[in-house]
Amino acid sequence: MQADLFIVQPAFRKGKKELINDTIYTPHFSIVLLVALFSFGYMHKNLFMSIQETLKKRILVIDGAMGTMIQRHKLTEADYRGTRFANWPSDLKGNNDLLCITQPSIVSGIHLQYLEAGADIIETNTFSSTSIAMADYDMQSLAYELNVAAVKCGQEAVRQYKSKHPNASEKYIAGAIGPLNKTLSLSPDVNNPGFRAVSFDEVVIAYTEQIRGLVDGGVDIILIETIFDTLNAKAAIFAVKEYFRKEGKPELPMMISGTITDASGRTLSGQTLSAFYTSIAHAKPLSVGLNCALGAQEMRSHIEELAQIATCYTSAYPNAGLPNAMGEYDEQPHETAHFIEDWAKNKFVNIVGGCCGTTPDHIKHIADNVKNITPRVLPIQDPTI
Amino acid sequence: MSEEIIHIKPYLRLAGLEPLIIRPETNFVNVGERTNVTGSKKFARLIKENKYEEALSVARSQVESGAQIIDVNMDDALLEGVPAMTTFLNLIQSEPDIAKIPIMIDSSKFEIIEAGLKCVQGKCIVNSISMKEGEAKFIEQAHICKAFGAAVIVMAFDEKGQADTKDRKIEICSRAYKILVEQVGFDPQDIIFDPNIFAVATGIEEHNNYAVDFIEATRVIKERMPLAKVSGGVSNVSFSFRGNDAVRESIHAVFLFHAVKAGMDMGIVNAGQLEVYDEIEPTLRNLCEDVILNRNNDNNEATEALIQYADTVQAKGKVEVKSAAWREGTVEERLAHSLINGITDFIDADTEEARLQYSEPLEVIEGPLMAGMNQVGDLFGAGKMFLPQVVKSARVMKKSVAVLTPFIEAEKERKKLASINPNGASKGPAKILLATVKGDVHDIGKNIVGVVLGCNGYEIIDLGVMVAADKILTEAQKHDVDIIGLSGLITPSLDEMVYIAKEMKRRGMTIPLMIGGATTSRMHTAVKIAPEYGDGVIHVLDASRSVTVAGSLLNKDQKAPFLLELEKAYAGLKSDFENKKTTKQSLSYLDALENKAIIDWENFKVVAPSFTGNKAIEISDLSVLVDYIDWKPFFIAWELHGNFPAILTDAVVGEVATKLFEDAQKLLKQIVEEKWLTAKGAIGFWPASSHNDDVLVENGEEKLALHFLRQQAKKTVGQPNYSLADFICPAAENKKDFIGAFAVTIHGIEKHIKNFEENLDDYNKIILQALADRLAEAFAEYLHAKTRKEYWGYAADETLNNESLINEQYVGIRPAPGYPACPDHTEKYTLFNLLDAEKNTGISLTESLAMYPASSVCGWYFANPQSQYFGLGKINQDQVLDYTKRKDKPIEYITRWLQPVID
Repeated sequence: MQADLFIVQPAFRKGKKELINDTIYTPHFSIVLLVALFSFGYMHKNLFMSIQETLKKRILVIDGAMGTMIQRHKLTEADYRGTRFANWPSDLKGNNDLLCITQPSIVSGIHLQYLEAGADIIETNTFSSTSIAMADYDMQSLAYELNVAAVKCGQEAVRQYKSKHPNASEKYIAGAIGPLNKTLSLSPDVNNPGFRAVSFDEVVIAYTEQIRGLVDGGVDIILIETIFDTLNAKAAIFAVKEYFRKEGKPELPMMISGTITDASGRTLSGQTLSAFYTSIAHAKPLSVGLNCALGAQEMRSHIEELAQIATCYTSAYPNAGLPNAMGEYDEQPHETAHFIEDWAKNKFVNIVGGCCGTTPDHIKHIADNVKNITPRVLPIQDPTI
Repeated sequence: MSEEIIHIKPYLRLAGLEPLIIRPETNFVNVGERTNVTGSKKFARLIKENKYEEALSVARSQVESGAQIIDVNMDDALLEGVPAMTTFLNLIQSEPDIAKIPIMIDSSKFEIIEAGLKCVQGKCIVNSISMKEGEAKFIEQAHICKAFGAAVIVMAFDEKGQADTKDRKIEICSRAYKILVEQVGFDPQDIIFDPNIFAVATGIEEHNNYAVDFIEATRVIKERMPLAKVSGGVSNVSFSFRGNDAVRESIHAVFLFHAVKAGMDMGIVNAGQLEVYDEIEPTLRNLCEDVILNRNNDNNEATEALIQYADTVQAKGKVEVKSAAWREGTVEERLAHSLINGITDFIDADTEEARLQYSEPLEVIEGPLMAGMNQVGDLFGAGKMFLPQVVKSARVMKKSVAVLTPFIEAEKERKKLASINPNGASKGPAKILLATVKGDVHDIGKNIVGVVLGCNGYEIIDLGVMVAADKILTEAQKHDVDIIGLSGLITPSLDEMVYIAKEMKRRGMTIPLMIGGATTSRMHTAVKIAPEYGDGVIHVLDASRSVTVAGSLLNKDQKAPFLLELEKAYAGLKSDFENKKTTKQSLSYLDALENKAIIDWENFKVVAPSFTGNKAIEISDLSVLVDYIDWKPFFIAWELHGNFPAILTDAVVGEVATKLFEDAQKLLKQIVEEKWLTAKGAIGFWPASSHNDDVLVENGEEKLALHFLRQQAKKTVGQPNYSLADFICPAAENKKDFIGAFAVTIHGIEKHIKNFEENLDDYNKIILQALADRLAEAFAEYLHAKTRKEYWGYAADETLNNESLINEQYVGIRPAPGYPACPDHTEKYTLFNLLDAEKNTGISLTESLAMYPASSVCGWYFANPQSQYFGLGKINQDQVLDYTKRKDKPIEYITRWLQPVID
């Protein structure tokens, strides 16, 4: 277990997205925020319908890796810090989520590349934007702000894209909620299996703050992803349900995406795929799926199984193959797209895209290959036994 | 995937690490009740004394006894419920054999339920919520359960109190259902009702109809709300008979029989102690039925009658009540009873009586005996009988047949029948050939499979052990057998099985091949054996499975779909295996060597052994070994899984295990007192130094090298890549270190095996074989202890009991060539050479390097306090090449012997 964790974690740490300059509460952003808040209920209802309707007609494409794209910018410690955090006491290089505040133009630039490549859904660069994960950089207090800023980066990219392509189809922003660097089902201390590094209540508080930021920022979808411990995901679902119930707001559609860590077909916390699905089905998600850890080739049998048992839509965004000895991904765009096209033809999926190692080029190939394939039809839920 | 649309049914779906789907055909779901501080004194004590590790074993034994869900309850005035629930459930999460099933979180305090829900990743059941404190609270609690994704048990309890009559139960459940579905948005299939099971036969007339109220309410609830489920705490119903388990179990069985028919889906029960409705003694069953169904019960008459009867049952004990009655039955009934209960005392007389009643002796076999054995087969198949009982049944069967055989022969003679088949059906029974493959000497498992298949009406041709491929296949063709079954315990046998599969193909055979034995696996069969032979290769996990597998293979209609299904499963396993291979992270051999175990040689004090060279040790009084016996593997050989001595009181198999243990003790006593067997062994010590993965040994003038292998899997930071060579001081350190070795065996079993065979006593034959294995292991343990304290003396002041020995709490290790730390069997040649083992112990090595006699153990001694057992795991080609050089053998030779560990 420990060894596996160790292998898997670097991939998580790469996170997914990045961004621009330090001042977020410009008048412009505030106005957008107010409009979003006031029109929330109405927008949400139409949006949900619109995603549901679109999913009936075609396969939607979600974007690819944020971390891989950020790496291309070869950012320095100073770039990560910007002016606002120039004197921050700890190292900040590698805190990709922070770029939503310090380099927002880079983050929205990457979103834009994915939109141009054909993505229908872009994920906010918020994989680690919780007070728990940000504690690594002593930035717990920034969690809410990071999430709001990240949504703005996404919205800015959509705005730019729409101004260039006024007749383009609807684009959606999914607020990404990562698995945390601490887990609820596993003990970090082999000699004390009952010990937990974090409590369920702490995780719910951290996720609730993140959800508040994402919702206030104006996301269209909540995306709980890269789940390797189902109990962390259940805490996130709990936070979503209780947040919307207590705020008296209608729930945003939820996408849930688990991670099968090896060929045994189980999550890192030991559940079979079917047990995992059973344990999160109460979220009544828009979609359930798999991402990360495996390449498309290794993910095939699992996504096939999921397509059989899930009553909701299914999603899959694999890594660009398995990492080579240097930890790099070298599966080519047409190769990834070829695998995913096969899934689409076999009616396994409704939403596809890429995770670690995938690029706008991968997404373009994927989008092109699945464009004309009819999507998986939802199973019929019989009313009686 | 086909284009047709998938349908998904609204079943109740739960999950631990694995899913549990409750379908109509699921029948009754057992919820284990013993991890409940209010119900189990033992569990309560363990929790109060903070013995959580032991408390886990209570949970584990529930799972092993067949609980499909476990109920966990920490409601006790002296306990802090929230931390107790949290600690226990967190611990369960790290025990996959328990965590695989769903958990029912049971408390009357909602804060404890919430604490529990926060610990479990799977989909749980909350037990329970109710409207006793009003609708508002009920709704809030239901919302929280729903946000955790739990199913809920709703107790039939409202503001006015707990429902006792049928109408109140239905009324409350209907109201709760409406609120949950319409206001809270609960899925109806996630709602489980507990309409309250109350005690009957209390002497108070108003209580007499409680069971009927529950049963009838259940019927209506299930009709009106068909997706919801009904559950209940079953032991409540018999509360007034506490202290009299025999009667209580019968009451439970009768109650469940009727409640389940009415629609009850699950219940909290002591799974192992459920009686089978049909098996209850008829008078008792009738009385229980009167009480449960409230029949003939004016003025508490039924209650009085059951109480009176209960006194007699209690006085005599259950078994005696039964044994008194069965001799009164017809001869057919008595034969069946003897077969099912494994009683040989009356079998000769009863068989003779039957023979005189029937017109031909053969009819006795085809009639009552086969009918009895069919019942045994059915009970075994249904998990109601266990292996030791089945083997005893077989013994009874054989004895009975032996009485009849002379008469059958005479009859044949008279009729001049050509056929000599005593089972006599026109075409004869299907034949199954069994053999332990060439080079392998172990046959306990194969014997058990033979007995069990024999019980199910197959003719068994057992070729014994160390049988060459050619002989197996030639005999199979000569006898025109229907199935071949191969067994093997050591890893080289796997290659032999692959070879036999190839040979079957080459010979154009078409009969299926069953694979079994400790070293075999579904994975190996799928990846290595099945691809070599196209007409069916089936891995069979244990004797129990062999019956269904053989049944499917010999049924014309089932065979093709069965093999097709299997082929698919194996293809899946094969592709999993191949995929997995590529994802393994490993180090180069050189990097692995770099990451060797760090031993503190600086402060290492060498203890010189009391002698060097080798020494023979013989024990004729085996009583000294008895205390060193580890009984757990003995029970595993009989397919009874669990820890010793807990297994003797296990809810499901405890009775069988206790009987088996008594019989084994009896035989063991005889073995020791009458000196049936002799233990012969050899030990030795030699100066040694390590050089990378070789250990150089000075055997007098002669210098030898032992060759070890090193783990190559990528490790977590701080974890070394072990090799046994790490535990011997490197030559460079300039300290004189030592290594030791031992080989032990048990002689003299053959004569007694033969005796048992002649007496048609497979039961004692298998006990004897299993005991000889245990004695060999005990001898190894005994010698290791003597070595630590005297012969080598590096732990002279050690004091450990047998339990600590079994748990390997001693200093130093004794790994065996061919086992996980040093899987190369060929190192046994060097070990035998050093020990003069053939001469000193009389053990010989087969071509596959199995030791004969089969009950033998050998291994190395390492004294270093930091030495430890480990599994080598897979190694890469670079290490294979290096090893080839070190051993100075052809690469083909090395590859063949290391096959199972080469990635």
